[in-house]
Amino acid sequence: MLNQLLQLIVAGVAQGCVYALVALGFVLIYKATETVNFAQGDLMMLGAFFALTASVMMGWPYWATILFAVIVMAVVGMLLEKVVLRPVLGQPAFTVVMITIGVGYVLRGVVTMVPGWGTDTFTLPTPFSEGVVRFGGVIFAVQQLAVIGMTTALCAALYVFFRYSKLGVAMQATSQNQLAAAYMGIPVRRVNMLVWGLSAGVAAFAGILLAPVTFVHSNMGFIGLKAFPAAVVGGFGSVPGAIVGGLIIGLVEALAGFYMAEGFKDVAAYVVVLIVLLIKPSGIFGETARKKV
Amino acid sequence: MRFVFKTRYDQDIALFKHNGQRFWYGLLMVVLLALPFGLEEYVMSQLHFVLIYSIIGLGLMLLVGFTGQISLGHAAFLAVGAYTEALLQARGVPFLVSLPCAALFSAIAGLVVGLPALRLKGIYLAIATLAFNVIVEEVITRWESLTGGNSGQHLKPIVLFGARFDGAAAFYYLCLALTALSIFALLNLLRSPTGRAFVAIRDSEISASCMGVNLAKYKTLSFAISAALTGIGGALYAHKVTFISPEQFTLLQSIELVTIVILGGVGSLHGAVLGAAFLIVLPQLIAVAKDYLPGNVAGSGLQSVVFGLVLIGFIVFEPLGLYGRWLKVRTWFELFPFYRKGMFRRQKSYMKSERLR
Repeated sequence: MLNQLLQLIVAGVAQGCVYALVALGFVLIYKATETVNFAQGDLMMLGAFFALTASVMMGWPYWATILFAVIVMAVVGMLLEKVVLRPVLGQPAFTVVMITIGVGYVLRGVVTMVPGWGTDTFTLPTPFSEGVVRFGGVIFAVQQLAVIGMTTALCAALYVFFRYSKLGVAMQATSQNQLAAAYMGIPVRRVNMLVWGLSAGVAAFAGILLAPVTFVHSNMGFIGLKAFPAAVVGGFGSVPGAIVGGLIIGLVEALAGFYMAEGFKDVAAYVVVLIVLLIKPSGIFGETARKKV
Repeated sequence: MRFVFKTRYDQDIALFKHNGQRFWYGLLMVVLLALPFGLEEYVMSQLHFVLIYSIIGLGLMLLVGFTGQISLGHAAFLAVGAYTEALLQARGVPFLVSLPCAALFSAIAGLVVGLPALRLKGIYLAIATLAFNVIVEEVITRWESLTGGNSGQHLKPIVLFGARFDGAAAFYYLCLALTALSIFALLNLLRSPTGRAFVAIRDSEISASCMGVNLAKYKTLSFAISAALTGIGGALYAHKVTFISPEQFTLLQSIELVTIVILGGVGSLHGAVLGAAFLIVLPQLIAVAKDYLPGNVAGSGLQSVVFGLVLIGFIVFEPLGLYGRWLKVRTWFELFPFYRKGMFRRQKSYMKSERLR
């Protein structure tokens, strides 16, 4: 009984890690440019496809695959910001949301047109076999442990990046106050572009982690819709909040899928987000304050 | 260009500003009434969809374009309207009763969603409505004893005053009448104090509440009216497709409904109708274009790509939508040869930050 619960928790945390990474992408972009990027899930999908190309068609090793996908997606993210998003800066938030939805549509469609990608479902080979680790009476899948480990490593790397590197500090400054950052000599536009690149890179990483679970296909990006509740639960403007929110959603989903009636698993994330919004409209880590006139 | 010299206050809120408008809208009505006599069955069928989506678009326009609230969950209201109509019809309730019931139940659902809207803004509201949509879809799927779950519901043709509305022309006139009624109702609403309150909320919530607009009342009211119109659209939609199941009311449907508003032009009733027409015509054009494209491009992804590109293109190049484009063309002809390029350019806009600092 307890063993089962532990296994469920590990599975939930592993799934939550993917939500957390996608949510992290949302939050990074939102903090920097106040744009909610509905195409984040589709960026993740595209990243998984690039990884697939590197790994299956070119036969690269797993680690090179990750690096390739992340770098390519970072470039794609920066291009998106420069070509599509920058011209609509200053328009109402809802309009910008719609444009990212449009980007999502285009990405989903384009993927089906590229030769070798198409509408089929692919498997991304990973060095983590289907094996299991026995720990006492509890059985953990190596796959899930690897996801948790790699997410932790990425989060640590991001923490170091934001805390100690010049660029990371500049990104923080820009997201706190663009005008002040510009006065301090930070090229705000370029930094925002880099934030989009970073966010798309994180999305590619999430896509590679998710690939063994859902396989690679053109609609895998819809998981981004589950990452939304994650970002909101944590508070949309908070990076640690995104991680915690992702883990909460993953855990709730895993537990609801096992202990509750069929159908609750799919809506669990949304029920949680409605409850959180009713109790604390700005999320767990969000700051509540009044808007000044 | 025509200038109306106003001598009475009534002229400010008159439905028709001058006789030219009376003439053109009258002509449009005559043409619309005559359409069934010259068109084939398939085109009529597409016209039904245009009218139905117009009603839904009008409802969404009131909420998004005039009250400034975001909804990514309107497919849920559509579902409530469609299922109310289907279930009531199956129990032998006449159309004259079931249609208002569909509107009423949708309005109640709108009230339920409107309540959190009092505390939520912007993206949080979008997420709340999105969550609502997913939950409604799941409830319909799982509540099999009432809705039939994934096996769906079948509908019979509408019977009104003993006449069956199963012909293309009859159903067309019914949709046309309801669309015209909706437009008339919204026009009246928007020139009343309630409509002014909606617009005030859109432009600035803080100023609106300072001027004595009860935010709670008007926001929920806007959600309810918008949902009611969507519910009416849902009831007609159910009769049009004659078979409804939960997968017709997904989040993607909601997004499609919002694109009606965006493509048509946020903040104009004309825009809702134009956007609906565009949304119906676009897939037809794509189907025609597919014959001329190479095989791997003309796959299932083409529609999604074109749809996305159109959406992006409109927002970047024509934020005022189809109606804005029409206004520009009309002004060009009216002012010929004095039209200047920047006449409709937005004044310098500042980013409206939702942040505190």
